[in-house]
Amino acid sequence: MLKRNLPLVIVFVTAMLLVVAFFIPHRPFGDLESRFLNWYTIVSGFTFLLGLDSLTRHHLTRVFRRTGDWGYSLVLVLSLFATMGLGFYSWFKFQSPFALRAPFMWLYTYMIIPLQATMFASLAFFIVSAAYRAFRVRNFAATLLLIAACLVMLGNVPLGSSIWRGMAQLVHSVAPNLDGSKLAGLEVFAAVKDWLMSIATASAVRGITIGLQLGGIAMSLRIILGIERTYMS
Amino acid sequence: MPKIRFDTLLFAQVLSFLVAVSPVQDLAGSDVANDQGGVIRLSWTAPTDSAPLGGFRIYRSQSSDTGFTVVGDEAASASEFLDGTARDGQKYFYRVVALAPADSAGVVADSVLSVVTGPVSSKAQWFNASRLNILIFSAIICGLFIFYIQRARKGVKMFVRKIAGLDAIDDALGRATEMGKPIMFSFGLGYITDMVVIAALPLLRKVAMKSAEYSTRLLVPNSDPIVMTAAQETVKEAYTEMGRPDFYSADNVNFLTSDQFGYAAGVDGIILREKPGAIFWLGYFYAESLIMAETGHSVGAIQLAGTTETTQLPFFVAACDYTMIGEEIYAASCYLRPEPVMLGTLKGEDFIRFWLIVLTTAAVVMGTLAAILAKQAPWLQTAYDTVVKWATPAY
Repeated sequence: MLKRNLPLVIVFVTAMLLVVAFFIPHRPFGDLESRFLNWYTIVSGFTFLLGLDSLTRHHLTRVFRRTGDWGYSLVLVLSLFATMGLGFYSWFKFQSPFALRAPFMWLYTYMIIPLQATMFASLAFFIVSAAYRAFRVRNFAATLLLIAACLVMLGNVPLGSSIWRGMAQLVHSVAPNLDGSKLAGLEVFAAVKDWLMSIATASAVRGITIGLQLGGIAMSLRIILGIERTYMS
Repeated sequence: MPKIRFDTLLFAQVLSFLVAVSPVQDLAGSDVANDQGGVIRLSWTAPTDSAPLGGFRIYRSQSSDTGFTVVGDEAASASEFLDGTARDGQKYFYRVVALAPADSAGVVADSVLSVVTGPVSSKAQWFNASRLNILIFSAIICGLFIFYIQRARKGVKMFVRKIAGLDAIDDALGRATEMGKPIMFSFGLGYITDMVVIAALPLLRKVAMKSAEYSTRLLVPNSDPIVMTAAQETVKEAYTEMGRPDFYSADNVNFLTSDQFGYAAGVDGIILREKPGAIFWLGYFYAESLIMAETGHSVGAIQLAGTTETTQLPFFVAACDYTMIGEEIYAASCYLRPEPVMLGTLKGEDFIRFWLIVLTTAAVVMGTLAAILAKQAPWLQTAYDTVVKWATPAY
């Protein structure tokens, strides 16, 4: 019974302390939030040892058992310890692994950052493939999505401005009384894009956000009152 | 800032009628409200008839005529200073010196003292009055939740609409089992402190129980060690509850990396090698969401997503078969375990949302009318500003 109820008591008391600390600036309540955050940071730092244990155990097992693609696991383990070693060496030699002349900083700048950038760059191709599937005229909602996406894209790229100028020239040639340069200066695609992003999209996002915050409050209350206990597994 | 001796400042004050710099005006000191003490605010008006200023130097003493020491400097554009070194209850006196710009050697040509202000003392407040509106709203909201929980406990039936994503879990798991493919579950880059990760744990438990029942392998790659620990315990307990403790393997619920794109690369690799039949993206995701979801689509997996990060929802809607939008993922534990107490909080949420819609609409109408009738009814604008100020939380 203690094993089941003690965590609930700890959660309730801690939550109540933090709620009270939000409204009472006087010591010792005013410092509670930052103190708890510091404790969390310290504890979570130690939990990285758990992650390290999981990672090395998993991949060393694959290496020793020579399971499929064990070579990649070997590369991972060697890279892990090499990076760790470089980090410690840089710390001892340069007082910080992120010192400009430190080998760890070289590794970070010329290997880790380019790898991250490569993965991020691949997002462009995935967006194209997702857009190809999503922007099809299947129903009214999908058609609306397609039109909105086209307008936003045209409003964001210089090509949209060029297309609008061409259209303005065309209108001027058909109706000479209309000033083509003034029409071109309206930049309609950019204006429509701005309206879609700042009015239409923002209102929808705010509606979802209000719902999320209410859901978060309800979830928090369930956790504080001990109704929701799955996280205690 | 160059150093100036205090006695030369007194000399400068005597000859102030000869120098170009004028003293500051309206010097006033007060305790900073709604804090834990130790801070005094000084405010002043910069001299307007003065030569260009180099800055201000603030002096403090515990008596009104002697013992002034420097406590800080401010730029020429400043009109206030916060003294964060005050001791609560101790009375202080302040004066501010207006300084002319320093020359190339760093010497200030002239300066002039202000009059003394004080005594001022700091104190800690027991209640942050600027957050009174938050306290009132929180009390109302919590009261409503508890009211509906009590109502649900008394047996009042509460309706919950269908959530397509949650209904599809069994179908997705069945499909993966028929195809002989594993299931994958990802919390994304969420920490255990993220509400969405806590909300996703009951779903992991349900998926784990089904995977034990169907003997389908469950893969849970993690980006946070604490989340990994919670996931391991959840899966282990689910398997034990289904009578299959031997089915659990720590290799299947493991830690990849906490780096955003390193995690995406790792998950993509797992998807391409293992080719899961069903993938659950339930947690906190950033830019890597579409990379992973598209890779899942490329191997033909049925995908169910749910996140509170609104910027990633469109990507999941485009790439996944089912997406839980907004607070649907928070409702998951109530949906899977429709106990009266759980449903009561959902009902409370809906009630509060209804009144928020009504109040927001009323405020929008009021603000619009106030703008249109600004000349005919200026009191409407004043009333609107008061309502907005009261409703806006201060931090």
